[in-house]
Amino acid sequence: MRIAMLGLGSVGKGIARAIQGEDLGFTLTAVADSKSGRIEPSGIDIASMLEQKERTGMCGNRGVGPAAILASDAYDILIEVSPTNAETGEPALGYIREALSRGKSVVTSNKGPIALDFQSLHRLAKEEGVYLRYEATVCGAIPIIHTIESGLAGNTITKLHGVFNGTCNYILTRMAEEGLSYQQALLEARELGYAEADPTYDVKGIDAAIKLVILANAVWGMEKTLEDVEITGIDGVTTAAIALAEEQELTIRLIGEIIPAENILRVSPRILSKSHPLVVEATLNAVAIDTEMAGEITLIGKGAGSLETASAVISDLIFIRDCHGRRS
Amino acid sequence: MKLEMKDSPGQLVSVIQPISEIGGNILSVIHERDPAVKSDVLDVQILCEIPEGSLESLLARFKERGVNVLRIGEERLLVRRSVILIGHLIHTDISDTIDKIDSTGFAEVHALSMIMPAINEPSSTKMTIKSDSLANINRALDILRNVARQKEFLIIEPLEDV
Repeated sequence: MRIAMLGLGSVGKGIARAIQGEDLGFTLTAVADSKSGRIEPSGIDIASMLEQKERTGMCGNRGVGPAAILASDAYDILIEVSPTNAETGEPALGYIREALSRGKSVVTSNKGPIALDFQSLHRLAKEEGVYLRYEATVCGAIPIIHTIESGLAGNTITKLHGVFNGTCNYILTRMAEEGLSYQQALLEARELGYAEADPTYDVKGIDAAIKLVILANAVWGMEKTLEDVEITGIDGVTTAAIALAEEQELTIRLIGEIIPAENILRVSPRILSKSHPLVVEATLNAVAIDTEMAGEITLIGKGAGSLETASAVISDLIFIRDCHGRRS
Repeated sequence: MKLEMKDSPGQLVSVIQPISEIGGNILSVIHERDPAVKSDVLDVQILCEIPEGSLESLLARFKERGVNVLRIGEERLLVRRSVILIGHLIHTDISDTIDKIDSTGFAEVHALSMIMPAINEPSSTKMTIKSDSLANINRALDILRNVARQKEFLIIEPLEDV
């Protein structure tokens, strides 16, 4: 199948290498970064394209951009991995909408568009008879969407809760382990590249809340927005509070939870037993899925990182490839 | 509960050990020996807290060790929840905060431990509330959430029953 990719940052590069390296049945026919692009219907030589990107900072020609790529008929699936914008979702939202309405399937790692406009994108994909896949938007490498849709098919999901933000988890882990203050732990996370220069989205719980919105809308078909989530971040948590918890073999983690029956969508620091499966170390993510038949299932894995995100995107591509084969 | 056991060395252990084995907590032991009575059995009264639903297994363990249970007193359910409060707890009248729970009649503040890092910095407090039922514990937590909102504390609640 022919692939067009918008965005060639570290995630995009990882995906390109995977397409190049393994015989997955995909051909990259178009690619754009923030400055340039190229369209080659017969297939791009990925190695030389990446080499050019490395050398010049551009993957193609200045004149070729997302608009030209979307309008070309050179692709079957659009991979949208451009930087996220949590407020408007743009320009990615527009790209996704356009590709779907042109009858192309879309795979994205972009949280903004999926959190802001899931139901309408989902409807559009359905109308056009194509796929919209977004595994990479929640919990990085953890196959949470696949697990719920395929692995646990037939189960009613009664509750989801977990650690959805690696940055907060790292900060809380370090405060507990080393007795660091919140500020010291945040500084350390920044130095290691785990926290952004402006860590507001992470530490205030907004990033975790966006993931809850995506899951609520995707798993239960709700129409939730960020305003529906009750959010408390970790910026008020003190080292003393963690020390008090540790006295009783307890600790504190930032937990996101969705309990549809009680209309609960909440992100808040919580006290947990240290032996609880959701108490994971450093930047890991963990999600517990409560089901009617299968009981509780807990998934633990890397929630961020370019290769991990690429893994989720590739699994979505393969899902579409396999479903496409069955359909035609 | 009131227990009866053989008056020989080391017998008290056969009462205490089963309680600790099931994760119980002994609150008091009354063990009086009357020198005037020349009996080879000994009466012990014991007050303890044990995990919910573990009474049957405790009784079975006593039986194995030859301890007779003469009488079991009132079995009262005890539920505890610990929360952590971060904020200016002292300056916002800590006794008023405690009283909001204690005055309900269905729950009380059972333990409090506080760390005050420096003047003018928020203190961190672990507060344990106890009550006789889960419903009442939840009512008490609701009250505490309201107090936290009014007095601007960050309240960290347990995810499960800890």
